[in-house]
Amino acid sequence: MGALPSINTVWEWLDAVPDPEIPVISLVDLGIIRGVSWQDDTLVVKVTPTYSGCPATSIINLDIETALRANGIDKLELKRQLSPPWTTDWLSAKGRVKLQEYGIAPPEPAGGPANCPQCNSTNLSGISQFGSTPCKAQWRCDDCLEPFDYFKCI
Amino acid sequence: MTRDEALFQFLLRLGDNTVILSHRISEWVGHAPVLEEDIAVANTALDLIGQTQLWLGLAGEIEGKDRSADDLAFLRDAWDFRNLLLVERPNGDFGKTIMRQFLFDAWQTIMLGKLMSSTDERVAEIAAKASKEAAYHLERSASTVVGLGDGTDESHDRMQTALDDLWDYTGEMFLSDEVDEVLSAEGIAPAAASLKDEWIDLVDRILADATLAIPDKNYAHKGGKTGQHTEHLGFILADMQFLQRAYPGASW
Repeated sequence: MGALPSINTVWEWLDAVPDPEIPVISLVDLGIIRGVSWQDDTLVVKVTPTYSGCPATSIINLDIETALRANGIDKLELKRQLSPPWTTDWLSAKGRVKLQEYGIAPPEPAGGPANCPQCNSTNLSGISQFGSTPCKAQWRCDDCLEPFDYFKCI
Repeated sequence: MTRDEALFQFLLRLGDNTVILSHRISEWVGHAPVLEEDIAVANTALDLIGQTQLWLGLAGEIEGKDRSADDLAFLRDAWDFRNLLLVERPNGDFGKTIMRQFLFDAWQTIMLGKLMSSTDERVAEIAAKASKEAAYHLERSASTVVGLGDGTDESHDRMQTALDDLWDYTGEMFLSDEVDEVLSAEGIAPAAASLKDEWIDLVDRILADATLAIPDKNYAHKGGKTGQHTEHLGFILADMQFLQRAYPGASW
């Protein structure tokens, strides 16, 4: 391997790695990549978990490693960083738009979805505070009657 | 007792609370009254397992005997567990499970809030992470306690019975011993008793909304924090640890 790839290039590679549970957004959109740096010729990537027991965490680490190795990175170290803890504020603006387009209402500080991702109605009811993955809750639109996922705000 | 000996015990208490409660509530998976509650209980159990990995992982590090979080969870016997007796209580009906969850969530939220300013950075980091999950658990368990308490005559009676049965197991949360004294002197963890007023205020407020009466009794069953457990813990461990005991080192 010749010159080391720039940090920006590595961020671009990581932005192409989809979240395993919600593949419309990347790991960078999700806000769980906390740092990329070179320590001599070893690439160090710091990753923070979303929920402490999220079963996708080990898959995410594997996906990061696979993507970076495919781009020719030999020496790689993945570090877990707990602090500051992940919150939904770490989601990128681009990620929020993609979630909405995909049919998952993005998190809102008020604690519930702003509008139905299908028909934009604001006439909504909560079904359950939990959903199909640790990061989602279930809501329903009372106009178009479609149930939908809401990305929990924490 | 040295600082590290006390910290090891304290971390076991935190991690054993979360692993045992996680196992208990996971017994509902596939059996909860409605699908949404089934999913909620599974997700809560998952968060608690995640927290267990962090607390017991750090406990193993502090102990320095090369024991991992898995080793501590799966290869200790009942007398080495340090969880509150409350979390090993049998589930009973769904109302009782939710009441136990609420009483625990209220305590855990307050405890984690204090631990976020621990002088031990590792403890503070895990607390900051876990407190977000605990706050979400409390929101659900408190609103469900209110919904069922202030519900039908049947649900109200069941919730009052649950509270009466579980109340004697809440006092243990606030009993301080040498572990708490060593750690509170160092600013690593609060003294157990110092959480009581805040807990009572919170529990009082929610139970009033739920039209439930706090039992007029002060007896506290104790022993869990020092390893004297009820007969229920052995059965939990027999279930939880079977695989690693029968097939040591098995992984998949």
